[in-house]
Amino acid sequence: MNQLLSVGVDGVIYSAWLFTAALGLTLIYGVMKIVNVTHGSFYALGAYAGASITGAWLARGYPPMLSYAVLLGSALLVTLVVAPLIERAILRFMYAKDEVVILLITYALFLILEDVIKLVWGVNPYFIAEPYALLGSFSVAGLAYPTYNLILVALALVAGLGLAWILHSTRVGKLLLAVIHDPEISRAMGINVDRYYLVTFTFGSLLAALAGAYTAPTVSVVPGLGVEIIVLSFAVVVIGGLGSLPGAALGAVIVGVVRSLSVHYMPQVELFVIYFVMAMVLAFRPRGLFSLAEPRKI
Amino acid sequence: MAIVLEAKKLSKAFGAVTAAKEVSAAIEQDSVVGLIGTNGAGKTTFINMITGYLKPDTGAIEYQGRDITRLPPRAVTRLGICRSFQIPQLYSSLSVLDNMHIGIGIVLRNAGLGGYFARGGAPVPGFGKPAEEVAEHLLARFGLADYRHRNAQVLPGGVRKLLDIALTMVAKPRVLLLDEPTSGVSSQEKFGIMQMVLDAVRAEGATVLFVEHDMEVVSRFAQRVLAFYDGRIIADAPPAVALQDPEVKRHVVGRARA
Amino acid sequence: MIRDRTPLLIGVILVALLAGGAFLPQWAMFMVTIAIARGLVALGLMLLLRAGLVSFGQALYYCLGAYAAGALGRFFGISDIFAQMLAGAAAAGVAAFILGFLLAKYRGIFFGLLSLALSMILYGLLVKNEALGSTDGFNILPSTLFGIRPGPDWVRYAVLAAAAVVALLLALAVNRYLNTPLGRLAPAIKDNEIRVEYMGASARHAVHVMYVIAAVLAGVGGALAATTVGHIDPDMAFWTTSGEFIFITILAGTGSVVAPFAGALLYGVIHTTAYDLSPNTWQLSLGAALLLIIVFLPEGLWSLFPQRRWR
Repeated sequence: MNQLLSVGVDGVIYSAWLFTAALGLTLIYGVMKIVNVTHGSFYALGAYAGASITGAWLARGYPPMLSYAVLLGSALLVTLVVAPLIERAILRFMYAKDEVVILLITYALFLILEDVIKLVWGVNPYFIAEPYALLGSFSVAGLAYPTYNLILVALALVAGLGLAWILHSTRVGKLLLAVIHDPEISRAMGINVDRYYLVTFTFGSLLAALAGAYTAPTVSVVPGLGVEIIVLSFAVVVIGGLGSLPGAALGAVIVGVVRSLSVHYMPQVELFVIYFVMAMVLAFRPRGLFSLAEPRKI
Repeated sequence: MAIVLEAKKLSKAFGAVTAAKEVSAAIEQDSVVGLIGTNGAGKTTFINMITGYLKPDTGAIEYQGRDITRLPPRAVTRLGICRSFQIPQLYSSLSVLDNMHIGIGIVLRNAGLGGYFARGGAPVPGFGKPAEEVAEHLLARFGLADYRHRNAQVLPGGVRKLLDIALTMVAKPRVLLLDEPTSGVSSQEKFGIMQMVLDAVRAEGATVLFVEHDMEVVSRFAQRVLAFYDGRIIADAPPAVALQDPEVKRHVVGRARA
Repeated sequence: MIRDRTPLLIGVILVALLAGGAFLPQWAMFMVTIAIARGLVALGLMLLLRAGLVSFGQALYYCLGAYAAGALGRFFGISDIFAQMLAGAAAAGVAAFILGFLLAKYRGIFFGLLSLALSMILYGLLVKNEALGSTDGFNILPSTLFGIRPGPDWVRYAVLAAAAVVALLLALAVNRYLNTPLGRLAPAIKDNEIRVEYMGASARHAVHVMYVIAAVLAGVGGALAATTVGHIDPDMAFWTTSGEFIFITILAGTGSVVAPFAGALLYGVIHTTAYDLSPNTWQLSLGAALLLIIVFLPEGLWSLFPQRRWR
């Protein structure tokens, strides 16, 4: 019983993290129809910015309780600098190309950003333990869990519900749904599609950066951080259906639970099983579990 | 005359739209049949079902006595039923000659797995001549010889149509379904093109069904007319009779000006 | 018919490598052999690209080929270079034959992502496999040639010579294949698959065959790379390895069977030079190069040479 509970809690935390990490990827695909490999770069950028700025903040003796806000601010800052730059200066001119070509372009950008990160932050690991340790731990059925992990869960809920609310209850959201369905007709009706693309790309990248920033206190931030997250995010998004918000949630839960189970019971298959599920879904329902007959919706 | 192709009570619905309601027709060997009807009447759906692109909800299709209802397009083609398209389906990035060679290559492959790797001089099944000669022969038949090195993308509309039809001839069809063979062609040329197509096609001994909106072409070339309306066949008779039918006049042809 | 000068080119390159290879410094022989290995993988990718398919997981077969060659030595004590290449080809071929039943149904981004997932599955399996050394991998026995173990100074040349012969023969075969009905079917599938089906061919079947051919080429390449580097590890299946092959293919373009090898050599040179110059910016150079090529030279570098349209 304890084992199962433990699996459950681990699963929830891991799923929450995956969901936040993958949400931006599915949003960008849903709106812009591009598979964005720079997603991993923004995750890394968020982690590095979060770790370095918060590290400096803490080193100067500023209130540690505010470090959570600093993490948020760091992710925001780095995204607002880099994302619009990429979209306006490069991506904007590529939308007419084949989707595989655009993927390769984002892959090229990812390679470039990997090294930019090394140039800016160096290759030594960043480690900020304070925000993580500060919150202590809580116990579930005798096992201790760091309270910090609840932040990841909170982040996932805020991001997911927030995005859902924006899409369905605000005017901006409804216009975005129009752009998702048909960019050309939306343009003809006077919607500034280019601006929506810019905003979407920035917002989607921000989500990745947030996931990275809030993960930073739990790991050692090193080069290559973005590499693993790319394929994991792909797996989550593909399982749920490219472009589907509820799909990303379902995909995150499935991958999270599957991974949690394997870590506890059969660690040898941990890496294999996630990609296996992804392959299975691609094999039987290539459009994902939330495939709809009509054009992709979020 | 033997029945080469028979459609039995074909029905097909797409949600609330019924594209075919119990469509039945028996096509005789060597005949030339015209399919007429307004847009949305079900003519292309009919062709799509016969060629396996769509599966009818109910009903059956028999070809030379054999049930072909569930077969995919490639199997239907290999059995001897070929079709041309309303919007010509060509390999737009390749030259006219290369378009023909793709088709010939496929025919070679269908003769056996070795055909996949066949050498240039191998005789093409159904023609008994090497690929080069077969390509030239067909191009000449359809008046495309001068265009052989042109890219399919840049061909004029009527020529694209002819290439589309020429491609169907590579597989030596017994039954040929032509979807609007003269659409997009100027009215002076329609008769000429239709004559050229039918001569080329009939020389190989095929049964022809063609969709046509120009009633003069229909009267001139069809031996029999199937009139479609709202997913049903409302008339099945020689052109002189069918075109005078009151239902056909009301839904398809229109009344003559007083 | 335009006379195809590719066989002549291949012959010239082969003679140059066999004769001149012995005089190259060891590091140069290493680079050329690795370029041949990678070029083979890229050649297979090129075949798929002609049909409009981009495989993001060719590293799967590259890695399988390498492990097959390594396993030959580790478990059976066989180290003959040709046996190694054959093992690589066989392992990759069988795997591709099976997986092809699934993959040949897909196109575009789904084909790419599924191939990616499959290669990452292999990675995951290998990383956790103790018998094969998990993340560390294992070393491979130095190759022998027809039972003779070349002296330490001659091993590299022996591998280079064997690689050159096999690779260029394969290139010749692929060149011949491109003029057959199946070879010509690839651009047709890319252009108008409905038309292909309506002419009586199964696009799925054709893609399956092409997929197996590409895998076999990658398997041979993997075996070659394994023996040249001397070491095998699961990173050979990681998606970034697949990314390298894609980069090479785009760099080279689809203009000739020789292009992938030239592209691979160029890639090796860029990689080594950029890495030596500044280890923290070589990815940047790579990314920038990729971007520039995609935007300005979508047909690859080979398109810079006067093109005789080959089919």
